[in-house]
Amino acid sequence: MSEETRRCSIVVFSGDMDKVFAAFIIGTTAAAMGMETTMFFTFWGLKAIQKGTPTGNGFFGKMMGVMNRGGIDRIGPSKFNFGGIGRWMFKKMMADQNVTSLPELLQMAIDMDVKLLACLMSMDVMEISRDDLIDEVEDVVGAATFIAAAEGAEINLFI
Amino acid sequence: MSEFTAEKTLDAKGLKCPMPVVKTSKEVKNISVGGVLEILATDPGSMADITAWTKSTGNELLKAEKDGDVFKFYVRRVK
Repeated sequence: MSEETRRCSIVVFSGDMDKVFAAFIIGTTAAAMGMETTMFFTFWGLKAIQKGTPTGNGFFGKMMGVMNRGGIDRIGPSKFNFGGIGRWMFKKMMADQNVTSLPELLQMAIDMDVKLLACLMSMDVMEISRDDLIDEVEDVVGAATFIAAAEGAEINLFI
Repeated sequence: MSEFTAEKTLDAKGLKCPMPVVKTSKEVKNISVGGVLEILATDPGSMADITAWTKSTGNELLKAEKDGDVFKFYVRRVK
């Protein structure tokens, strides 16, 4: 391993399956290359680290929780989703190619000590509570905490 | 066989990006410093990727070769 700690930080803004997939491929690879890796999930990206339980308090929040339910296995691709058929299609195409699935990539990221952070402000807006997120999320934080983690990182990505 | 005596062999055949590299990074921790890890992969991208991984992590790529459809790598754990 290299002398100094090298770091990679990724903002996961998108909750689209394909983009989250790219984020986890890069995140796990950076960790494999010995980088201290942080993934900051904000807005739609929170969908990827939700348990999949119903969310929301008020009318809009609950509606969003029903119409756009979270969970790494439930998110759909940015194109060709067709109300869920696309998600099934992509899963099948990836499995046929023996590509690692999204839930496996998430587990791998956890096993490799990739730091998972959630954005508090967007959780408030979307009425998602800490209990709605998977236990492995290390902390629920604000932008400054992320910037402090990203500062000096060799690789900073916004997906 | 090879001129290097591998302490362990990682069978990453059939795995796609980024798994050969991810598994290599895990497996290299299970051999002793100075020891050699043999990696077998079928993903053509692993040729470039394992090389990049060794450069980035400071481990030593002793040999990379293609044997039929299988790519073989010999990596010495440096630290």
